[in-house]
Amino acid sequence: MDLNFNLKPSEEGETDYKTVALESNQVYDVLIIGGGPAGLTAAVYCMRKGVNTALVADEIGGQVSSTTEIENYMGYMYIEGDELVEKFEDQVKQFEIAYQEGSKVTSIKNGEIKEITLENGNTYQAKSVIVAAGKSSRKLNCPGEDKLIGKGVAYCAICDAPLYKDKDVVIVGGGNSAVEAAIDLAKIANDVTLLEIEDHLNADQILIDRLNEFDNVNILLEHSVQEIQGESKVENIVIENHQQNINKEITAQGIFIEIGWIPNTNFVKDTLELNDYNEIKVDCKCRTNQEGIFAAGDITNVPFKQIIIASGEGAKAALSACDYVLKS
Amino acid sequence: MSLIDDEVAQQLKDQLEVLKNEVTLAFFTQEFECESCQTAHQFLEEFADLSDTINLEVYDLQKDSDKAEEYNVDNIPATVLLDQNKEYQGLRFFGIPAGYEINSFVNALKLVSGVEPELDDAIQNEISNLDKEVHLQVFVTLQCPYCPEAVETAQKLAFANQKITADMIDSSIFHHLAVKYDVSGVPKTVINETEEIVGAQPAKEFLTAIKNS
Repeated sequence: MDLNFNLKPSEEGETDYKTVALESNQVYDVLIIGGGPAGLTAAVYCMRKGVNTALVADEIGGQVSSTTEIENYMGYMYIEGDELVEKFEDQVKQFEIAYQEGSKVTSIKNGEIKEITLENGNTYQAKSVIVAAGKSSRKLNCPGEDKLIGKGVAYCAICDAPLYKDKDVVIVGGGNSAVEAAIDLAKIANDVTLLEIEDHLNADQILIDRLNEFDNVNILLEHSVQEIQGESKVENIVIENHQQNINKEITAQGIFIEIGWIPNTNFVKDTLELNDYNEIKVDCKCRTNQEGIFAAGDITNVPFKQIIIASGEGAKAALSACDYVLKS
Repeated sequence: MSLIDDEVAQQLKDQLEVLKNEVTLAFFTQEFECESCQTAHQFLEEFADLSDTINLEVYDLQKDSDKAEEYNVDNIPATVLLDQNKEYQGLRFFGIPAGYEINSFVNALKLVSGVEPELDDAIQNEISNLDKEVHLQVFVTLQCPYCPEAVETAQKLAFANQKITADMIDSSIFHHLAVKYDVSGVPKTVINETEEIVGAQPAKEFLTAIKNS
């Protein structure tokens, strides 16, 4: 039995953490919104530059926290998501950075001094802001989905996979997370059906090869979900075959939705320019259309959502912001 | 071979330094131990060795039925936390508090040993004045990063009121309970058999559900 202890670092501060609380009466040089790879990397760069920095994060780690295995972050042939997050976190908290976790930002007011407001009503000020609030799971938006969340409709495959032992499940999506979810479930579930709307899977070939080793997995390309049926739990999935334009029902007790993510840009939609996918438009220096507001990571229009890319963009945004602060 | 490797053991030792008073872990198993009972037993023996303030007592579900009745234990492996006076505070773990649940387990030990819980004053007030029996069953899997938060919230509430019991239940080991309560996503908390909370919700939501139950 693999017990795999995921011990979180202690919050009592007996470790070497030097973080301090945010203060409303201070004007920070750089205020970073987001606790994923982009935000945390930006924090390290700002602190090393010696500017007065604050970080507000809803959740430390972001999407990385719910990633099982990472094999393409340089320096680690293999590392688990939460392990990498812990390393990021340690690297940030060695600094005396103003730090707050568990808070969502509800608005940014632009001006020479920017003002950000949190859900609890607290406001903080800064000369520049880096928006790195990342993305949240995208929903299917089909009938039955909302009603059956937690009753067979799932968005966290590692969390819920053990509940589907010997059951039939459907996975929606064709990217890396969908194929990884399918692999996790193929080990436990009876039958696994992977549905992809396009005519091919977008996941890395190495993952697809791994999935093809299972004989209980059925891959349906050019299929999408029309409806999730069931009274108090998921019973049937109505799927559409786009080639033949016909609908079919498949029996399943669980449906895992892994169709990517939507940017968390609701709180900046009136302040910053977004593209058609609601991502923040940035230039090659991570500048948004508002002076002094920068953005980095999956929340931006920068292509390819990868941990290593988000980290790199975080570093760039930090250097741009520091530059801006020192020159202004 | 030990279950807790040296690195994790050291981190746990550091975190357990804040324990104030002695804590007793009452572990329930049986003579011919099931696989998960054996693992839980070994885990707890190693865990209890990490701090002088932790005592381990091992009971047999059948032979020590008086103890099992006292803490209302009817499934194993089960671990009941007792304070310095060996008083039961309503905090129990069914399964092995490993994986992400090691965090809720450490947290529960801190509570029972007298470390002040972080709970909103208004909620603390309301919950301690509540006069009814409440049973919170928090279903988890050990791979779920969101689950310890739900367990910790439930156990804070249980600690604040003698009439409230809060259990962590590993859905993988107690499959029959997961089926009985229709657990198809974790964390899921069942309150007095009638109410349920899906996800790691704030203490306020727990309080509302408790009142409705």
